[in-house]
Amino acid sequence: MIATVARRLGVFALSLVGASLAIFIICQALPGDPARILLGDGASAEQIAAKAHELGTDRPAIVRYLTWVAGMLRGDFGTSYASGVAVSGLIGPTLPVTGALAGFSLLVSVVIALPFGMLAALRRRRWEGVAVSAVAQVGMAIPAFWAGILLSILFGVVWRVLPPNGYIPLTTDPIGWARSLALPVLALALVQAAVLVRYVRSAFIDVLSEDYYRTARAVGWSRWGALLRHGVRNASLSLVTVLGLQLASILVGAIVIEQVFVLPGLGSLLLTYVRQKDVMVIQGVVMLLVLAVLLINALVEVSYVLIDPRLRTAER
Amino acid sequence: MSLLRVRDLTVAFGRRPPVVRGISFDVEPGQRVGLIGESGCGKTVTSLAVMGLLPDNARISGSIRLGDVEVVGSSDRAMSELRGDELTMIFQEPMTALDPTMRCGRQVAEVLRLHSTAAPGAARERVLVMLGEVGFADPERIANSFPHELSGGQRQRVVTAMALINSPDLVICDEPTTALDVTVQATVLKLLDRVLASQNAACLFISHDLAVVSELCSDVLVMLDGEIVERGTASGIFTDAQHPYTKGLVATSRLDLVEPGSRLPLVEDFYAGAER
Repeated sequence: MIATVARRLGVFALSLVGASLAIFIICQALPGDPARILLGDGASAEQIAAKAHELGTDRPAIVRYLTWVAGMLRGDFGTSYASGVAVSGLIGPTLPVTGALAGFSLLVSVVIALPFGMLAALRRRRWEGVAVSAVAQVGMAIPAFWAGILLSILFGVVWRVLPPNGYIPLTTDPIGWARSLALPVLALALVQAAVLVRYVRSAFIDVLSEDYYRTARAVGWSRWGALLRHGVRNASLSLVTVLGLQLASILVGAIVIEQVFVLPGLGSLLLTYVRQKDVMVIQGVVMLLVLAVLLINALVEVSYVLIDPRLRTAER
Repeated sequence: MSLLRVRDLTVAFGRRPPVVRGISFDVEPGQRVGLIGESGCGKTVTSLAVMGLLPDNARISGSIRLGDVEVVGSSDRAMSELRGDELTMIFQEPMTALDPTMRCGRQVAEVLRLHSTAAPGAARERVLVMLGEVGFADPERIANSFPHELSGGQRQRVVTAMALINSPDLVICDEPTTALDVTVQATVLKLLDRVLASQNAACLFISHDLAVVSELCSDVLVMLDGEIVERGTASGIFTDAQHPYTKGLVATSRLDLVEPGSRLPLVEDFYAGAER
């Protein structure tokens, strides 16, 4: 067990190193010298050289890479070229926004997909099941940003029940915060739920043909009772894998949805600084996203062992 | 009054021709009836029909009366109340019949609590006693084990404990020992015999093995292509089989009677229709 954990941690660290290298190299390859961009076209060669020296961009790439990595290990993501502010200071306030958006979207999509997916599995030969599958099929084809715009117009402009865009921090006004997140969360969650329903359906169709489901039925469980009591845990083995992958795509979707609803999240930050070619901020944000995805994968691995007792014995 | 009374039972799936064709039989309280036949003859479909567990696309006609309840056309909800309580089934595959994510003791206790309002402590006590009855010397350890930590024979005994904990009137056994090796098979059969006797439960025992059936059952029904072709007492079938298919079954189950050095008998030697 300890060996397994150590091996996993090793892979985790290696992935981080690999990702940081890839991010750094790609950002270096971006066209445009930061010093030149900051000073504009009118700057002289001396001014640019001086600015480059001030920013540290005149140092060799390997030195800059190691400085950046060493800084991150201390929690210092460097300084923004454009604004001269610490990158961690820029990222900090965006984390609760994107975190809440992604987290609640995942939660809501599961809450929607689980019952409908189970219904689609149990009634797969009846109209209810076919209807769920059909709606899911259509839902999958809808891009999240379009769903966002539609929801924003309907609930925010036509019916005026929720704010069409904007963000209110939780500490300012909890109810306002919930209302400002409701539509973006729903937009992301609906599209994700449509994808998830199909996985839930097929996972539970597998359960329906399992012998333990038949046993549960033979001792008196109703169809739903047997599925809930003996199906959910077994089906969740394959579903957590899908959920891990989905959280990654939710993070990407969040970047887009933040634009639609004008939320001050990680995505908005990233896009703002991509426009300004502020490499330090871009590197920091992307590195953080990579870290999040790796952490999610690690959680998925841990959850396998928690869900399936057979894996516990095998690793003893 | 018969405990189980099946009349003109016909089962078909979708538009295909029926797999069970108008069979009738009775099981009296405490009686053990063996239902024997080759794979695909309709044995399992018959037993699932009695349990009310046939898939949605099955078309059923005829009558299945369990006590005074008509199973055919009964709601799933009504049947769920009977299943596990008055009527229960032990399946063929002990390796996969238990939920792999749940401890065995809990799975047995669940059946108890599903049909009664036993307090958790009392249920636990009752589960340990039941696990003892199915031959476990250390019920505590078995109750705390996950299915994958037990052998096939042990799992089948846990399944048996699940099936019998509510003292059902009728236990349907669908080839419960087929997946087990021969020595374990004998132990499980002996155990079934003892537990069924101690609870005075009736049993419909499904098998393709006449020798196994004759060990446990007093009466035998022989099924072929969806029909019951012969019925009689277990001993009578051996001495006085009428249908050629039954004669074949008898011959192949008494290999001890074959002259050493001669060819072993086949069912096909007696009944050409079995050759497919």
